[in-house]
Amino acid sequence: MKAIYILWLRQIKRYLRTRARIIGSLGQPLLFLFALGFGFGPIYEKAEGGDYIQFLAPGIISMSILFTATFSGIEILWDRQFGFLKEILVAPVSRLNIMLGRTLGGATVAVIQGTIVFFFSLLFGFKPANLHVLPFALIFMGLIAITFTALGTAIACFIEDMQGFQIVVNFLIMPIFFFSGALFPIHRLPKIVHFISSINPLTYGVDGLRTVLIGGSLLGVGTDLLVMASVAFVILVLGGHLFSRIQI
Amino acid sequence: MDLYQKMSPTPDEDIISVDNLTKRFDDFIAIDQITFKVKRGEIFAFLGPNGAGKSTTIKILTTLLRPTEGTITIDGYDPQLLPHKVRESFGIVFQDPSLDEELTAFENMEYHGILYNISRHIRRKRIEELLGMVELWDRRHELVKYFSGGMKRRLEIARGLMHYPKILFLDEPTLGLDPQTRSLIWGHIKEMNRTKGVTLFFTTHYMEEAERVAERIAIIDHGRIIIQGTPEMLKKETKTENLEEAFISLTGRDIRAEDVSRTERMKMRFRVFKRQRS
Ligand SMILES: Nc1ncnc2c1ncn2[C@@H]1O[C@H](COP(=O)(O)OP(=O)(O)O)[C@@H](O)[C@H]1O
Ligand SMILES: [Mg+2]
Repeated sequence: MKAIYILWLRQIKRYLRTRARIIGSLGQPLLFLFALGFGFGPIYEKAEGGDYIQFLAPGIISMSILFTATFSGIEILWDRQFGFLKEILVAPVSRLNIMLGRTLGGATVAVIQGTIVFFFSLLFGFKPANLHVLPFALIFMGLIAITFTALGTAIACFIEDMQGFQIVVNFLIMPIFFFSGALFPIHRLPKIVHFISSINPLTYGVDGLRTVLIGGSLLGVGTDLLVMASVAFVILVLGGHLFSRIQI
Repeated sequence: MDLYQKMSPTPDEDIISVDNLTKRFDDFIAIDQITFKVKRGEIFAFLGPNGAGKSTTIKILTTLLRPTEGTITIDGYDPQLLPHKVRESFGIVFQDPSLDEELTAFENMEYHGILYNISRHIRRKRIEELLGMVELWDRRHELVKYFSGGMKRRLEIARGLMHYPKILFLDEPTLGLDPQTRSLIWGHIKEMNRTKGVTLFFTTHYMEEAERVAERIAIIDHGRIIIQGTPEMLKKETKTENLEEAFISLTGRDIRAEDVSRTERMKMRFRVFKRQRS
């Protein structure tokens, strides 16, 4: 247990010590909020009726969590390169606990990033409907974060070079992002796109988060929670398995 | 109170015992049927040129790599069957750095102590004691990335000793360090061996280091142990004055004529090629 805690703490400390990274990774979500919010706002309002920023903000919060979480897998590659991975792997700590510690660390960082984006979105005019359910938003943010940190870890277990990792992750998370309903509603899309969205775990995360923040679920918040929790669990197990086979 | 005094002596005299160990990477044989034993409290050296298989052996003994064949016992346990038992028994200083450079010296020690489940009280005492020993206590709150190579190596040694290991593995511990730092580091390590009975297993390609420090030496070349014994024995058997000559007489080469890597060989060929053309 202590080992999980200390590996978690290490990641939080490293995150807080790299201010440049915090600010740098806020750039993209803020740009999206700004450009899409103002650019597509009028179109959305004509087509759907309603305030686009209300629709968009939960999607962009999810996006920042998705990117931060998945890319945090690259820290395993850094640890491999700088040798610290060896120090952890010779310690009398089970591989599963190591994997859990770093996944929780990466996920916490991603949730913090998502929370910062949430506060910025208020500046762009986002008004969450139910303030008292905000803690529930953290549950969905946490589940998205855990799922995709574990996915990043799993990928980092078999791709050892940084460039390769970035290429694969980009290749994977771009469609996950675009077909999740983060930017546009999925219910009126062509059947094939709708199908892709329905097998995309992030769709349920985004829908859950949006429901909690502004209401109006498409899929049912119970389904969202169940799907996200199951996917998080499966990917954690998969990542744990891959991580336990790592050799130096 | 010192934890070392509380350890009961275990009956088996050999703390490391390796029998017919082989490691293949695809079809390249990095270690070829090596057999050796290290006694409790002994200072044992693996001496060999670059690429001989020294680091690979250490990685297998310390549970980082799986052997292809052979049996290993470390402090009574098989690293493949009971890795945690084995992990608790040793400390290690790797050939390449393994510190978290974004953390301070103190945090590196503290986190190690927690990973090895050392109680807070003992941890704090131990950190002060060991950082004092390697003369880094005053710099404990600095980030490791600002340390010199010698300071990092000293910190790694202090960290490796933190959890009262019975064995300390040192993979080329003094590589790339200046002579003063080298003798300072050996001073600390030998002190631990003398006063606490920590078994030392180190690798080196410095002949004089092996000769000066080790009680027993195994000379390894191309993944095979060519000969092992006390420095005196090795010199006697090869009828030579020092280990340097012993090595040449055994392998027909100077240890410094390193088994150059593929890229270096390419560069050398390229240089020859250029010379021929001009
Ligand atoms: N992961 C690996 N894959 C393939 N070959 C390797 C690997 N690790 C080491 N080797 C090869 O095994 C040989 C022994 O390497 P090593 O044990 O590092 O030598 P030493 O530490 O004695 O310099 C070298 O030829 C090296 O290139
Ligand atoms: Mg080596």
